Amino acid sequence: MDIHEYQAKEILSGYGVKIAEGGMAYSPEEAVQRARDIGGHVWAVKAQIHSGARGKAGGIKICKTHDEVEAAAEALLGKRLVTHQTGPAGKVCGRLYVEAGTDIAKELYFCFLVDRSSERIVMVGSAQGGMEIEELAENNPDAITKIYIEPAVGLQDYQAREMAFALGLDPELLSHAVKTIRGCYRALRELDAGMLEINPLVVTRSNELVALDAKMGFDDNALFRQQKISELRDKTQEDPREMAAADRGLSYVGLDGDIGCMINGAGLAMATMDMIKLAGGEPANFLDVGGGASAERTEKAFRLVLADKNVKAMLVNIFAGINRCDWIAEGVVEAVKKIDMKIPLIVRLSGTNVEEGRRIIAASGLPIITAETLAEAAEKAVQARNEAVTHVVGATGRPPLQGA
Amino acid sequence: MAILIDETTRIIVQGFTGKIGSFHAQDMINYGSNVVGGITPGKGDQTHLGLPVFNTVKEAVHQVGAEASIIFVPPAFAADSIMEAADAGIKYCVAITDGIPTQDMMTVKNFLRRFPLDQRMILTGPNCAGTISPGRAMLGIMPGHIYMQGNVGIVGRSGTLGYEAADQMKRLNIGISTSVGIGGDPINGSSHRDILEKFEADPETKVVVMIGEIGGPQEVEAGIFAKEHMSKPVIAYIAGLTAPEGRRMGHAGAIISSAGESAAEKVAILKELGVTICPTPAAMGETVAAVLAGM
Repeated sequence: MDIHEYQAKEILSGYGVKIAEGGMAYSPEEAVQRARDIGGHVWAVKAQIHSGARGKAGGIKICKTHDEVEAAAEALLGKRLVTHQTGPAGKVCGRLYVEAGTDIAKELYFCFLVDRSSERIVMVGSAQGGMEIEELAENNPDAITKIYIEPAVGLQDYQAREMAFALGLDPELLSHAVKTIRGCYRALRELDAGMLEINPLVVTRSNELVALDAKMGFDDNALFRQQKISELRDKTQEDPREMAAADRGLSYVGLDGDIGCMINGAGLAMATMDMIKLAGGEPANFLDVGGGASAERTEKAFRLVLADKNVKAMLVNIFAGINRCDWIAEGVVEAVKKIDMKIPLIVRLSGTNVEEGRRIIAASGLPIITAETLAEAAEKAVQARNEAVTHVVGATGRPPLQGA
Repeated sequence: MAILIDETTRIIVQGFTGKIGSFHAQDMINYGSNVVGGITPGKGDQTHLGLPVFNTVKEAVHQVGAEASIIFVPPAFAADSIMEAADAGIKYCVAITDGIPTQDMMTVKNFLRRFPLDQRMILTGPNCAGTISPGRAMLGIMPGHIYMQGNVGIVGRSGTLGYEAADQMKRLNIGISTSVGIGGDPINGSSHRDILEKFEADPETKVVVMIGEIGGPQEVEAGIFAKEHMSKPVIAYIAGLTAPEGRRMGHAGAIISSAGESAAEKVAILKELGVTICPTPAAMGETVAAVLAGM
């Protein structure tokens, strides 16, 4: 789960990290009021969306008058910002953070994250801040310092000092830097964050160390013991279909294609999507219905897939282990009847009680296309999709996929 | 031989008397696994499914000689159960539980490393379907009947995709020595590489199939191990060709978050390391058949 910059800053501030004075605004009037409260002559008006690279997308505006603050707020509120992290759909800005302008002398990069390879928390820093770390890693890997933390004893002061020196900080700033780094580490550990990034961490002209931006991502599996973090969830920043799926205990990711999928197991789901692509089609979604696919769950999954109006054909691929194919087949038949499905449906069942499952599908009298193998299922799905599209080509103007 | 488990392995179930634990314990017993009891703290001295229940793993080790354990404990308590098993002297543990916090797994891995190698418990999972040595023993939740006994080792992150592989092989009359699910979490007990090492040492296994997916460094690390230390052919399929960057595909670990973690990149690197790639997930069986035919 991700949170907003202002939320991350509020958390980190509680752990001893210095931040610029700022406040939240939901309207241009509020933004001006925040600027008045803060005082001074320069303010940053920052769009709060769950994404980095907001500056490049025009989501951060530096203002020198209250009129400029108002104009910036008007321009940003309700605006859809597209960054390379949001995907083409972008994210709508519903809140602003108005912050006192910071007089920057130097920009640094700093983060903590869980490293899968060493199975430890790693601290990453670079004296070349402001850039995306991926770019820096590619262009100048030597400019990045990585320090691994031993889980049993945690971060030690010498490691924080090592990082402070690697960041090229003035010795005068050393004790504050150690406090900042330790604070970040404690926040990460105590709150079950998987990632904490301050980019840029800046040295001001008055020689202070300030977190100018802050990003935190939390481990979804740990939210059960992080009640306060769960409450920070901003549902407007999440895909409504994915959220609806999560509420029903399903795992769904919307994609750009038009062949809807319902599969049990994440790996088999990805493999089935790959197979659709290799057969010349494009999957409309990832959907893992998990182990216990009851009739009720199957119907919910169908509704979720079909809520995407791009979907021209639907493929169900179930390898029953704990599940039984006959239960799945009954669920599918029931769902199709209830929903009054208008698009072609391809069903491939395998595993426990497969014969009985196939018999139920056949006996239903519904126009369900069946397949025995994964390859056959994908081919039939792409074929059905192409026929459906060709059939209405005059209406949509979209030709069938090439090479199918 | 097979790896990790066989018909003699003395198995206990942690989370024995719960609904899920009971169901799968019975299933494992029906398959022929040597289940010798289970753990439910506070229910010691009772019997369940005709087997003794113990309060602690230590009691089970002392009284019935438990060697392997399978964990069905809920996510909030699972890390504790894994460490209890390791401390009691269990040799091999499968954690089925899905949803264990990442930092808990960091603690578990660190705890395991404190034991000298020869006393260190092997852990596979969490968030996996378990391990099966077909015809001998099942320590997991898979449908046992789809696996045929034979000489191909399987290691994979995903449960159902592993079933798919076993099924494709059975259709071609190819059997399996052991199939190991390592799970879909970012930090897991054993890596692809760890399991390849076991298969390399197993005289019965002739070929290994590695079923990987997007995200993380494990498939590439395994490929490097195969090139440098293995005499047996390794065949791989990497799921997630169509997965977009930065989106989590069901498994917590299945997310492309840095360079080299996409399916296309992993495939390219593995090819270079001499691993045979299954061109499609529907071709796992035939690729294994072709490799076996060429030996």
